[in-house]
Amino acid sequence: MAGIPHDSYEPGTRAESWLHRRLPVLSLVYDTLMIPTPKNLNWMWIWGIVLSFCLGLQIVTGIVLAMHYTPHVDLAFASIEHIMRNVNAGHMIRYAHMNGAALFFIAVYAHIFRGLYYGSYKEPREVTWIIGILIFVLMMGTAFMGYVLPWGQMSFWGATVITGLFGAIPFIGEPIQTWLLGGPAVENATLNRFFSLHYLLPFIIAGLVVVHIWAFHTTGNNNPTGVEVRRGSREEARKDTVSFWPYYIVKDLFALAVILAVFFAVVGFMPNYLGHPDNYIEANPLVTPAHIVPEWYFLPFYAILRAFTGEVWVVQLASFLTGGIIDAKFFGVLAMFGSIAVMALAPWLDTSSVRSGRYRPMFKWWFWLLVIDFFVLMWLGAQPAEEPYATFALIASAFWFFYFLIILPLLGVIEKPLPRPDTIEKDFDEHYPPDGGASTKSVAAE
Amino acid sequence: MIGRFTLSAIVAFGLAVPAIGAGGDGHVEDFGFSFEGPFGTYDQMQLQRGLKIYTEVCSACHGLQYVPLRTLGDDGGPHLPEEQVRAYAAFWEVFDEDLDDFRTAKPQDHFPGSGDENAPDLSLMAKARAGFHGPYGLGISQFFRGMGGPEYIASLLDGYTGKEKEEAGAVLYENTAFSGGWISMAPPLEDGLVEFGDDAPNDVRAMSQDVAAFLMWTAEPKLNSRKEDGFVAVLFLIVLSVLLYLSNKRLWSPIKRRGADDA
Repeated sequence: MAGIPHDSYEPGTRAESWLHRRLPVLSLVYDTLMIPTPKNLNWMWIWGIVLSFCLGLQIVTGIVLAMHYTPHVDLAFASIEHIMRNVNAGHMIRYAHMNGAALFFIAVYAHIFRGLYYGSYKEPREVTWIIGILIFVLMMGTAFMGYVLPWGQMSFWGATVITGLFGAIPFIGEPIQTWLLGGPAVENATLNRFFSLHYLLPFIIAGLVVVHIWAFHTTGNNNPTGVEVRRGSREEARKDTVSFWPYYIVKDLFALAVILAVFFAVVGFMPNYLGHPDNYIEANPLVTPAHIVPEWYFLPFYAILRAFTGEVWVVQLASFLTGGIIDAKFFGVLAMFGSIAVMALAPWLDTSSVRSGRYRPMFKWWFWLLVIDFFVLMWLGAQPAEEPYATFALIASAFWFFYFLIILPLLGVIEKPLPRPDTIEKDFDEHYPPDGGASTKSVAAE
Repeated sequence: MIGRFTLSAIVAFGLAVPAIGAGGDGHVEDFGFSFEGPFGTYDQMQLQRGLKIYTEVCSACHGLQYVPLRTLGDDGGPHLPEEQVRAYAAFWEVFDEDLDDFRTAKPQDHFPGSGDENAPDLSLMAKARAGFHGPYGLGISQFFRGMGGPEYIASLLDGYTGKEKEEAGAVLYENTAFSGGWISMAPPLEDGLVEFGDDAPNDVRAMSQDVAAFLMWTAEPKLNSRKEDGFVAVLFLIVLSVLLYLSNKRLWSPIKRRGADDA
């Protein structure tokens, strides 16, 4: 695996070789765990394990919750209260599931921005990247449908607004919306199918995670320098890498434990902080909440959705050119999905041959502006759709596209990258000098 | 660089939350409740006083449909003795579908729902309202002061100015905590309305807080044990983190060519 020369699995016992001749599963586990991993990975490479943990946490807590939940408009809200009051540890399981979704998205955003900074999406890791974006999209779908299940006010009205987006598609929009909802409006049929899909999608995500890992185990991990592991010989590769087990597993578990300490502080001490109070009011189709706000992790994309109103010249132009087929609402929907699509296309939009942002003096600045832009959009998504927020949202949304469609292709041409280390070993030795450094007393290991 | 990444994640977790909640733009006072903060727990006597106020005043219109009567005997709640729970339950009538008639409630029944259709159920009111907002939609206020649900309830009950007006045939009462300033609920409390056995103060302000605390319990009955569990989990994970940190350091020290002695 990884095209990096390394020791392969040798069955140790007779039982192992018996199994190995019939099903090489131990060899698969060995290759997966012992994969040579660049030894200079920094702390931004820990999010993968956090994400795997989150998926496991959500599936395990979710299965227990599903045992006690009733997907019916008259019973769903009460069944959540049943979980909170009567089920053993039900309140902890539910709060862990609720906040687990939040941790999942924190980790995925950190993971995505790490990929964007270090050029993890670039050749030859495009497939890993695309699968990753696909997982992200499925995560959003799963989280959205999960949020509908408690059947609170925000559940209901969030579902109404978001499924309404499909209605904005010209000609076929309304039939699609009706088909998705199972009726003319959000009602029992909608709740039922959302429950079914909310249970299904995590397993599709799990399958894609396997493919995601398979893909980057084929190409090998990226690393902070973006320089590839030397593959000339086993000895050479060994100078650039360590095996995933135990070096990175222990490191990642340490990071996970720290993150979980914070997570359980939130679950234990402020479990509703990230939620919306309105969702403790049972859904009522006759009463619209003052502000319909999605969960925090959707806010950047929600801001982009709302940014393009009929007063924006781009929208007017699009409407004029298409003879009114693309109106403001549909434009917003296209912009929201487009904002994710441009991310998916990053491998082909970025023309720079240098992977890591560390050696790209101009890129660095634009990258951090994009991070700031993301948080600004997140903030704007929670603000009412009025001035001055509307103008800010338009600028911030435009910047998102500007970064991917203009800056990324342009920088590759005009930027003069800094010199990169020849090997990962060299980069590592700079941080950890082979002589142990002048200041530390060293015992030569190895 | 890494620090900034991590910081961004923390900011995303901590601050960027929609802070626009129900509750609105009225003035909400930051009452000091016993159950605030990571170590705060319910004050059992206060919950019992709140239960009395609810029973004698609020229950005339408002229900607690999600709250099982038996939970009044639970640890971390009003914690009434078993026979008192049974006697208290007998105070209520509930509709029994099998009998197709009303009967005396038993501890396993829930409190009745609202008698007045204009009066919302109060089971979850303390979590369905946010008393604190902002600043600038950043959620910082809620991070430090809590969501402010019970504070909102207490402020509302204590927030009547005494002014009334009539609008479209309905009487509205001025209230400093209510969004818009005018509420259709008449002032429910007055000084000395409910008598407590233990000489606890029974002015409007004290009773407002008592009943708000009780409603926080009805909304979040497992708060005490949740905080205990959270505390144990955090403590355990801190110890685990330290051990993993040391293991990791030791494991990597030959790779990083550091002396094993500083592991």
